[in-house]
Amino acid sequence: MRVRVDGAEHVAERGQTVAAVLLAAGRGSWRTTRIGGRPRGLFCGIGVCFDCLVVVNGVPDVRACQRVVADGDDIRSQDGAELPS
Amino acid sequence: MGRIESADVVVIGAGIIGAACAEALSAAGVRVIVVDRGAPASATTASGEGNVLVSDKEPGPQLELAVASRRRWPVLLDELRELIGPRLASVEWEVKGGLAVATTAEAVGPLAALTAAQRASGVEVEDLDADRARELEPHLTEQITAVSHFPDDAQLQPVLATAALLAALRARGGEIHSGVTVDGIATDRSGAVVGARTGADAIPCRAVVNACGPWAGHFSATIGAPIDVLPRRGMVLVTAPLPRFVGRKVYDAGYVDAVASPEADLRTSAVVESTAAGTVLIGSSRRRTAFDDDLDVAVLRCLARGAIGLFPKLAGVPVMRAYGGFRPYTPDRLPVIGEDPRMPGLWHATGHEGAGIGLAAATGRLLADLFTGREPVVDPGPFRVDRPEIALEA
Repeated sequence: MRVRVDGAEHVAERGQTVAAVLLAAGRGSWRTTRIGGRPRGLFCGIGVCFDCLVVVNGVPDVRACQRVVADGDDIRSQDGAELPS
Repeated sequence: MGRIESADVVVIGAGIIGAACAEALSAAGVRVIVVDRGAPASATTASGEGNVLVSDKEPGPQLELAVASRRRWPVLLDELRELIGPRLASVEWEVKGGLAVATTAEAVGPLAALTAAQRASGVEVEDLDADRARELEPHLTEQITAVSHFPDDAQLQPVLATAALLAALRARGGEIHSGVTVDGIATDRSGAVVGARTGADAIPCRAVVNACGPWAGHFSATIGAPIDVLPRRGMVLVTAPLPRFVGRKVYDAGYVDAVASPEADLRTSAVVESTAAGTVLIGSSRRRTAFDDDLDVAVLRCLARGAIGLFPKLAGVPVMRAYGGFRPYTPDRLPVIGEDPRMPGLWHATGHEGAGIGLAAATGRLLADLFTGREPVVDPGPFRVDRPEIALEA
């Protein structure tokens, strides 16, 4: 499958989570905190902590560790808190 | 835990009402111990939105108490800051204002009637046209038929506020004991309170305050002085933190009616507001149940639909979690604040339904006024324990 990560094309395996795709692409963080602008990525990895939020196909606050990729997904880093586009 | 020493007053329940009563009593020089079977501020206090409102009350004793409490809160917070320092006294107090929004032609008349009565009772209300309302809240629906703005509505973080009140109590020498269950009252031969029983022990005291919130009815029955306080369930949806989305407390004009209704069946009415952390809280639901804490998805669906009616853009915003709690409901929808004539030394401070955070400051003050014989901050008559709607036969 092909997905986009911040505009760049990546190959993804069927069944991978968005977090797995991001980690495989060498990314350690893909979100910044709202106030301090500090980097965030995978923390609990099991859907509880809401730290790994990312924008997928224009929808913000998607948990990267829970979302399984679909062909053509547009994955984008999340800048603090965002409203859906 | 070591043996608990004696006190003048044992407050049972470390929610915001118990904490406010304890703080006000200690400020008057009364020695107070607060006990709670769980942790402080862990039940009803932790399940609300932190509302300090004057907008959602029909004129009458409840509104008088709300106005007194709204006046008292900022003064109380100043006093707490002085006593325990600005860090502990930071409770996210914000005078954000409230908007009651009518979205149908039928809702216009009742909203106008309510605000006219509130205005006559001294509440500041401003009628806005749709354009002005959307200037204040840009994401608000375009389907507006009438909007009333209540600039005095405020919000605080209830768990922080409870912690601050308890810190003040401790600073004055009072004590708080978590994980201690009071299972009976010790009385003397005349029937007056002389202690609060905790299993084999008793804490000697001359008064106890039943501040058990939704469990106050159950507790009062176990000690033989039953009052009619029942749980009324509510649920809240929580979004992830959003960029500035809603500044005020925004609710459907039908909300006041839902609060005041005596119905046992489900009532929902949209209420949308943000917290200091940026999450948006979506309520409100009311249903009288037993202490059944299941999450009801059908109710959550109603809440979401109502919120999208006020803020269409919420349709694309993910919900992060949902929680529920119990409000202390009374049959005449008024709190119970005062001494129980059936058992001298037994006091009740409960029955605030969904308004306990807002009403806590004046409730504590009123209870302390009555306890010490001071001029009461509001007329205590409507809240007395021995009114027929409240005092049940033992």
